[in-house]
Amino acid sequence: MATPTNKIDVQNFSFYYGDFQALKTLNLGIVEKRITALIGPSGCGKSTFLRCLNRMNDTIRGTRAEGAIFLDGQDIYAPDRDVVELRQHIGMVFQRPNPFPQSIFENVAFGPRILGITKSRRELETIVQQSLEGAALWDEVKHRLEDNALQLNPGQQQRLCIARTIAVKPSVILMDEPCSALDPVATLSVEDLMRRLAEEYTIVIVTHNMQQAARIGLHGVSSGSAN
Amino acid sequence: MAVANEPASSPLATAPAPGRRWGEVIIESIIKIAGVSVIFIVGFIFLFLLWEGLPAILDIPLRQLFGPQWYPIEEHFGLLPLLFGSLLVTVVAVLIALPLGITTAIYLGEIAPPWLRDILKPIIEILAGIPSIVLGFLGWIALAPLIQTMGAPTGLTAFTGALILAYMALPTIISIAEDALYAVPREYRDGALAIGATQWQTIWRVVVPAARSGMLIAVMLGIGRAIGETMAVLMVTGNAANIPAFSENWLFSPVRTMTATIAAEMGEVAQGSTHYHVLYAIGLLLFLITLAINSLAARLIGVSGGRRSRPGGSL
Repeated sequence: MATPTNKIDVQNFSFYYGDFQALKTLNLGIVEKRITALIGPSGCGKSTFLRCLNRMNDTIRGTRAEGAIFLDGQDIYAPDRDVVELRQHIGMVFQRPNPFPQSIFENVAFGPRILGITKSRRELETIVQQSLEGAALWDEVKHRLEDNALQLNPGQQQRLCIARTIAVKPSVILMDEPCSALDPVATLSVEDLMRRLAEEYTIVIVTHNMQQAARIGLHGVSSGSAN
Repeated sequence: MAVANEPASSPLATAPAPGRRWGEVIIESIIKIAGVSVIFIVGFIFLFLLWEGLPAILDIPLRQLFGPQWYPIEEHFGLLPLLFGSLLVTVVAVLIALPLGITTAIYLGEIAPPWLRDILKPIIEILAGIPSIVLGFLGWIALAPLIQTMGAPTGLTAFTGALILAYMALPTIISIAEDALYAVPREYRDGALAIGATQWQTIWRVVVPAARSGMLIAVMLGIGRAIGETMAVLMVTGNAANIPAFSENWLFSPVRTMTATIAAEMGEVAQGSTHYHVLYAIGLLLFLITLAINSLAARLIGVSGGRRSRPGGSL
């Protein structure tokens, strides 16, 4: 079904909050190892669509999906699909940085721990270091890994959330306006990071900002209207 | 400090109109008096207990005061059995109430559907308002015979008291712990779920740790409720002021708590006698224990509360 170059294929996909139809029969493909930006006015369903890709909308009561979304050729809305397992393959970075109120180390180690990736403390430390390096945060925090993550500035917190996401080695990363809560300097550092991540990961980003979309060298723009 | 005739309507006037200003002064002083008087009242209670209890501490040799014999009629005033009774009943009650209360709070706050939560939460809060004498009555009529059939010589035991106390502390623990869980921002849950955590992993590793200071308040208030409770334990613990021998089954022996002793004996004691002063000394001891628990709670919450504060953000 899915064309080989597409990581994700959306086919006739509709989404409802109760009686309200938020997404109307969408069809689009998302190319592997590129940045795909979703641009459009507020309230047109960009975030809703993004949250359909890892089925985060399942946590909202009264929602319903129709049609199919294929990840590597397999429908993520198939009845027997394990949602918890799906989310391990599709990471998500939120609009407001949301590190857990725990140490920096614990934040990054959270994913590997719950998934039982490793039992050894040394291996866990390696994963944490690699993830923080991957998120361009290691040099800033390597001497304070036991500090509470909430002591970091917002830009650092957002990069920590990215480190937390890549620690479980997903193939897709969803970003929901990841820079909207950040100042310009922090925004540039996160955008810089996104360009580098695109070499390894398929990235889907929601943004309001055309300049941002241009700066991060996006691949395809899915334009605004949900119809 | 009287303000001269400023035009009251001028929006640029720096000083408020005189009428409003007096209103402010009066309201501020009422609030100030209310706040300060509470501190004074607590201080006076402490001084009063100290004044009435001190003679006992000075009159009775310390070795006897902390001895194992409580026979007031024979002038034996050993507080150890009462202290033992209070601690045993409280500790067992907390051990029962804590796991039950926390798991109920987790169910209500995290797992139960909203409509069920909206029904159960008010019911639990009503349970907190049941007079303790009613629970004591229930324990006496219903619980004690049950425990006696389990093989205890009498149904009125430390365990009976602990069960009733646990039941009394439960609504407090559940309600406050659930509030603490409810206050945890949704972003934390989303973050954990998006990594691929199961619902239980999210609750146990993210939500509960984030709510720990509130959970701790719940536990401390539960303990406070248990150790200060009087009427129910007076009815169901059997009121035997002795320490059961090691060979006996402690939990299923009658005991007497400090609170029950004061309640039972204060009415019959001659004012100004040693016995009278000893009862006040017991009150003083209770006061100090409660104070210690509360300040411990405040310290623990101060530590974790400080870590929760978030620079430049609102939680």
